[in-house]
Amino acid sequence: MTTSQAHDIDGGQHPISLYLWIWGLLFVLSSFSYAVDYLQFQGYLRWSLIIIFMLLKAGLIIAIFMHMAWERLALICAILLPPIVLLVLIGLMTLEADYVFLTRLLFFA
Amino acid sequence: MSEMIHTGSALSMPDGMEGFVTDWSADKQAFNVPWGKAMMWIFLLSDTFIFTCFLTSYMSVRMSTTVPWPDTSEVFALTLFGNHIPLILIAIMTFILISSSGTMAMAVNFGYRRDRNKTALLMFATALFGASFVGLQAFEWTKLIMEEGVRPWGNPMGAAQFGACFFMITGFHGLHVTAGVIYLSIVAFKVKRGDYEEKGNYEIVEIAGLYWHFVDLVWVFIFAFFYLW
Repeated sequence: MTTSQAHDIDGGQHPISLYLWIWGLLFVLSSFSYAVDYLQFQGYLRWSLIIIFMLLKAGLIIAIFMHMAWERLALICAILLPPIVLLVLIGLMTLEADYVFLTRLLFFA
Repeated sequence: MSEMIHTGSALSMPDGMEGFVTDWSADKQAFNVPWGKAMMWIFLLSDTFIFTCFLTSYMSVRMSTTVPWPDTSEVFALTLFGNHIPLILIAIMTFILISSSGTMAMAVNFGYRRDRNKTALLMFATALFGASFVGLQAFEWTKLIMEEGVRPWGNPMGAAQFGACFFMITGFHGLHVTAGVIYLSIVAFKVKRGDYEEKGNYEIVEIAGLYWHFVDLVWVFIFAFFYLW
């Protein structure tokens, strides 16, 4: 049996109910994120809830809808590891933005 | 061609960390997926970098401005049936896009079952959801430009950078959705016509699906960082 055939069968084996479940879960999580804004949560509570719901939704989409959970580790690593370097960019830009903010306060405020 | 490459020792391949090393160290094809799928993943990886650059630049201008950022909850509020509901437009758009992802995931599943009528139907449904998303986005842009007076260089509600970030990020995402609608419609049409019956290979549905789920995935991050933050 070839691997692509193996995957075909594997891909067809998931019952439709799995996708309906994930769909429902994504709906619930989105409602929660919307509720965070609707109920006007502020501060750390707001940020942590937004991030948690965001990561859960992203995880479900990648793992189940995009079938990443059933791929081989070589492909998973090739796709999911490189974005980690983006954290370096975000970190550097945070430092830079803080610096710009402080200089603006000093010279323009 | 691809059949030849895939005819291999699938059964003897180790899994986990050992499999990782075997797959990379041997002088052979590293990814045991059709080339189209691997290429789509790599394209999506590059797109991840582009969208992260946009979101990071948005983060840095928002952190560095001394002027208050416009309250997105109010900017994107709508009055529906006499009720003023904050951020409702974006919530509706989010649910539409998630629904489109649901129908797409099922289309892929039916593709593997070689049920081309259901596959095409679900793909057309996905494209329809996508088109309505773009329609709502056109409405959102029109409202912001005409009524709220938002411009890329300024707006009456607060920090001038708001418009530039908004148009750049949602514009680029909307472009992806539009391209996706066209792409899905073409593939759905070909599925319906029976173009893939001869080989019985419906990988193309999964590849198009990957692109579509990615568009939804990006929206999850835009929704969290731009609209909710």
